[in-house]
Amino acid sequence: MKNGALIFLAVFVALGGSWCGFVLAPELQLGGAKQTTILNSSDVYPVGRPGEATQGSSVYRANGCAVCHTEQVRQTGITCEVVLTDAGKTPAAVTKVCVDIGVNMTDRTWPLPLPKTILTGLTKEEADAASGKITTAGGKVEIHIAATGPDIARGWGMRQSVAEDYLYDQPVQLGSLRAGPDLANAGARADANWQLLHLYAPKSVMKGSTMPPFRYLFEVRKIGREPSPDALKLPPEFAPHAGYEVVPTPEAMELAAYLSSLRATAPLYSAPIAP
Amino acid sequence: MNKISKKSNSGEVDASLRVPLLALFGGAAFWLVVSSVLAMIASIKFHAPDFLANCPWLTYGRVQPAADDALLYGFCIPAGLGVALWLFAQLGRAPLRGAIVPVVAAKLWHLGVLVGLTGILSGNSTGFAWLEFPRAGSIILLFAYLLLALWAMMNFAARRERALFPSHWFLVAALFWFPWIYSTANLFLVAWPVRGVVQAIIGWWFAGNLLFVWLALVGIGTAFYFLPKFSGRPLQSYYLALFAFWTLILFGTWCGIPPGAPVPAWMPVLSSFAAVLTVVPVLAVAAIAWQTLCGSTNCEPKGGPFCFIRFGLMSFVLSSLMLIAMACPRISQVTEFTWFGPAQTQLQLYGFFAMTMFGAIYYLLPRAVGFELPFPKLARLQFWLSMFGVLLFIVPLAIGGVEQGMKLNNPNIAFMDATKAMLPFLRTSTIGLLLILLGNSLFALNIFAMTFVWEKSLVKKAFTVVTAPLEKPSASASLRRDQGEVKV
Repeated sequence: MKNGALIFLAVFVALGGSWCGFVLAPELQLGGAKQTTILNSSDVYPVGRPGEATQGSSVYRANGCAVCHTEQVRQTGITCEVVLTDAGKTPAAVTKVCVDIGVNMTDRTWPLPLPKTILTGLTKEEADAASGKITTAGGKVEIHIAATGPDIARGWGMRQSVAEDYLYDQPVQLGSLRAGPDLANAGARADANWQLLHLYAPKSVMKGSTMPPFRYLFEVRKIGREPSPDALKLPPEFAPHAGYEVVPTPEAMELAAYLSSLRATAPLYSAPIAP
Repeated sequence: MNKISKKSNSGEVDASLRVPLLALFGGAAFWLVVSSVLAMIASIKFHAPDFLANCPWLTYGRVQPAADDALLYGFCIPAGLGVALWLFAQLGRAPLRGAIVPVVAAKLWHLGVLVGLTGILSGNSTGFAWLEFPRAGSIILLFAYLLLALWAMMNFAARRERALFPSHWFLVAALFWFPWIYSTANLFLVAWPVRGVVQAIIGWWFAGNLLFVWLALVGIGTAFYFLPKFSGRPLQSYYLALFAFWTLILFGTWCGIPPGAPVPAWMPVLSSFAAVLTVVPVLAVAAIAWQTLCGSTNCEPKGGPFCFIRFGLMSFVLSSLMLIAMACPRISQVTEFTWFGPAQTQLQLYGFFAMTMFGAIYYLLPRAVGFELPFPKLARLQFWLSMFGVLLFIVPLAIGGVEQGMKLNNPNIAFMDATKAMLPFLRTSTIGLLLILLGNSLFALNIFAMTFVWEKSLVKKAFTVVTAPLEKPSASASLRRDQGEVKV
């Protein structure tokens, strides 16, 4: 390469390519995204967070919570189970089909009581095939779909996170490190009150926690004429001196509201589950 | 200094860069120490979570990004720009004109870093990794960068030696690269934010391009100037370097979107594919360094700067391979969300880039300022401190990160146990940070002492000029020259 213009051209080609690919194209594909409908329902998803939780998202950002916590659940696959809900008019035929497809028939009262889970651990195709056979024989079945993977098994969510979950977040704080647990469904696991106790003194509710306490989000003050209704009910070893109480500041309340609003469990077309 | 002044205008070239370089490197050395102090504070919280827990400015979630940004924006970028200015002037044999502008730009840059870091610590971070500086800081940084890059490009255009060297390609590309990615990221994430997960995608694109491509362009460009200098034989070879340059910018720029990201599947797939192809430029760089250094005739004494740059190159290869590994879906299932990621980033920022810059600065600053390093032995000591520091930081975190990832993937192990198992590794890495802090302080000491010696000599010179008798014409001629130099 003999002159500067050529180098500029090289930069333009290379960086321009990835700019189109990872800035322009995602914006064209997802920038105009709207709410989607939840599977088997007429409700839309996501709905915006309540006002206090939206302000709490800003406290979450200001204190860098995303440095240690992710908000994205991973799943490795799905598993299906077939549930017999109705044996129909010809239970004998249904029973025969069930034997054919390998249902364990040791139970003498078969097929009662209904609904009964007859097959588990299937792929979607196997479940559909089994369901088809039983339906032809006159029975009725439901297929339950559950996500699998370590994150799901830990109870961090019911399905993987998808692009739709973050539609109204500003900024989107996915996080990249799990120094602490994933928070994509923190609201489904604990209420705002637990969050406040955990923020003030993590070890008071989570023995051995390595999270730094956020005491600056609380005010330790002398109890006035009567105790504040918001004051934390701490175990004795974390409580302040007698005559004092710990009252959350507005920021702490907002942060707790945000954490309890974190919930991404709706079944979607892009992440189908049917519990 | 004698080696340099052999060439006709080399002294003039060096002298023209003196003040801008001192301004850039002085501030960079300051932020380097600030960054390691902040990183120490953050690391101590793994020994005692209650440490400084009542101070909102020093909570972990603010101190850790502040430490990272102080290293990247405070040290790496101004140091890289300073080295690029010097390399352009040296390779083009053209002195820098209007040196006051880069000086002002350097001061502006460091002001922008100050504004940005204050913003993060006071809770005004934007919340995007590597882009945490609030709006005011980013605007100052972009403006200062444009000024510096403009001056570097003017010096590049005015070069007297018209031939282009491989270092030129890398450094000129880097000059264009940063304003493009930085303005894109700030426009679409901070000024007029796009909606939803597109923010995360642009954030990954920006971070990948800044941390991998920009740093690689500047660091490798610098190394490609110094390798032939140290080994006494030309770069092996020109065409391999050209190949490395093209593949680096073509493939490297697509890296950064993690395989498990909650985005449409084509993006992580494309990104992982590009990351695997990035093995090509990394191996090309390794081959160039190996062939250039092997069989060298040792015309320049080794040690000092050479050790830094050699270690930097080895770190580049290792950190890039770690980055590529993390982009493979199989490996990413284990390493994603673990401490393996921060270990890789630190190896790239400090082990590769900062170490390369230390070597380059220790080499060029004495030539530019015209004084030997005040404490050459401390510079050698810094090499050992920084090298063992970065190894003690990244090796435990990388090993611990893999173990943490395997434990996280086994739901029968409680999350708390996986976190607790990580603590010994994190606590060992504190020792690494302590060594890095000591090493950085020695670097800053050398730079500050050099600035002080130079300022003292200026005052001395001004004093002799003022008190000198004015009769002789030769004396007045030297007076004019000296005054000219003082004004710069």
